[in-house]
Amino acid sequence: MLAYILKRLAATIPVLAVVAFVVFLLIRIVPGDPAAVIAGNMATNEDIARIRAELGLERPFLAQFALWLAGLVSGDLGQSFFFKQDVIALIAGRVGPTLSLALVTIVLTVLVAVPLGTLAAWRHGGLLDRLLMGLSVAGFSIPVFVIGYLLVYLLAMRIDLLPVQGYRPLAAGLGPWLQHLVLPSITLSSVYVALIARVTRASVAEALTEDYVRTARAKGLPEWRVLVRHALANAAVPIVTVIGIGFALLVGGVVVTESVFSIPGLGTLTVDAVLARDFPVIQGVILFFSLLYVLINLVVDLSYVALDPRIRY
Amino acid sequence: MRAAAHRVLANGAARFGLTVLLVLCLVALAAPWLGTVDPAWLDAVNMNQKPLTTVEWTGPDNQTAPRTLWMGTDSFGRDVYSRVVYGARVSLVVGIAVALVALSAGTVCGLLAGYFRAIDAVLMRVMDGLMAIPGILLAIALVAAWGASLATVIIAIAIPEIPRVTRLVRSLTLSIREEPYIEAAISVGTPTWKILLRHVLPNAIAPLIVQGTYVCASAILLEAILSFLGLGLPSEIPTWGNIMAEARVTFSQHPHNMLFPGLLLSATVLAVNLLGDGLRDTLDPKFMKRTEGARR
Repeated sequence: MLAYILKRLAATIPVLAVVAFVVFLLIRIVPGDPAAVIAGNMATNEDIARIRAELGLERPFLAQFALWLAGLVSGDLGQSFFFKQDVIALIAGRVGPTLSLALVTIVLTVLVAVPLGTLAAWRHGGLLDRLLMGLSVAGFSIPVFVIGYLLVYLLAMRIDLLPVQGYRPLAAGLGPWLQHLVLPSITLSSVYVALIARVTRASVAEALTEDYVRTARAKGLPEWRVLVRHALANAAVPIVTVIGIGFALLVGGVVVTESVFSIPGLGTLTVDAVLARDFPVIQGVILFFSLLYVLINLVVDLSYVALDPRIRY
Repeated sequence: MRAAAHRVLANGAARFGLTVLLVLCLVALAAPWLGTVDPAWLDAVNMNQKPLTTVEWTGPDNQTAPRTLWMGTDSFGRDVYSRVVYGARVSLVVGIAVALVALSAGTVCGLLAGYFRAIDAVLMRVMDGLMAIPGILLAIALVAAWGASLATVIIAIAIPEIPRVTRLVRSLTLSIREEPYIEAAISVGTPTWKILLRHVLPNAIAPLIVQGTYVCASAILLEAILSFLGLGLPSEIPTWGNIMAEARVTFSQHPHNMLFPGLLLSATVLAVNLLGDGLRDTLDPKFMKRTEGARR
């Protein structure tokens, strides 16, 4: 097991190296002097000269990358000229709302999509099944921001049920925190529910054709027990895998959802940074989310051991 | 070929998707003749008109005449109907162009990786790395770096899609190269490029077409998202995304400006997705298995 973890960790190194290289390249593909790009519009000549020295722009290309990578590994993501702050401090300050939104969304998605997918597989071809499949195509097709504004219109403006926009930190109390997250997480979960319901349905349907399900039914187990303990438990691995892969999809949704609901998280930060052409922040956000994606999929891989006793590393 | 076309047309989802898309393409092509005005034209007298109102409208020729505003006007006094009709052009062009770019680049990479062991290891590590970056962030960053124009938006959206196509083509190539007819081709001395183009590629076409429709659907969505966030094409070029971006400010008073582009955008992506599902079920029944049920 330990050997596997180490091997799996080692396998993330080339992935992260490629991510770092792409992010490093980003500033070099902007037309103009990289130092001026990083320094921003308000920079003085001294600022640019200082940054040029920091970047080692007179050195060979790969040496510049090595220099930048060394800074990265020691936790230096550079300075934001626009927000006048360390990029890493800036990201740390914005992580709370984004993680809250992502967590509530994942919990909501699993609570909705897994039971629905299981029921659809149980009554394969039935009314619920066809309805769910139709809705899941719609979930893939209707943009997150259209759903967001529709919900705002119906639930916040028409009947004044929930706050339209904004965010309250958890420190302000569980009630307001959750209340401000209800609409955003329903919005964000639309794509995710479609994806996970589909996969749950497919893998539960496959498990239901197995011999052990027939055996379980033959020995007189109640149907819900057959579904949960035998079919769903055996379908867990692909479902968890897709939750991990779907994280990339979730990040895309986070940027849009935060923008619709004015949530001051990393998504809003990204949009502000792009509008201000603040490249160190853009780089930092990409690095952060990519690292998170790699880590989540690492955890998913390791969770197979717990989910499926047949898997031993 | 003809048999395949018949099978596809017999599929309800594919037929529906195809019909909607054909109508949209016709609308996009015929935009100037569908009772539209210059989408950038504004009549400041008629700001924020409700849909289906008939007003005295001053057109680009400075003639004032009664005009029925099917979808109302926006907060600048521009005709939303004209903007939405012209906006179809951007969505369709971006969707199709991104699919073509991503499919071509992904096919070349996938064929190389699947056929040459030496290239495989390096190329696939690069693709793994690219896949770890959430596609939307990569596209946003690339557009920010290059500046937003039609060409940069297309390339920026296509790049995050390439790894997925590469993986698909690579796995197809890996299984096709084990077939007896490849061995036969090698044994009679067929040059490698000819084996790839004449023997491997044709057998990968069906899954590629299916993948292409999904790429097209997500490209249309992504372009709309970029425009919606204010990071896409400038508002002189109307896109469904930037019409909605401008509608955000006045959303509480005039929600209809959000409604029409939103409806059309959703319907278009739905049509492409249904076409894709139909093509998948008829041309490539193994598709779901191969991608482990996950579509993106």
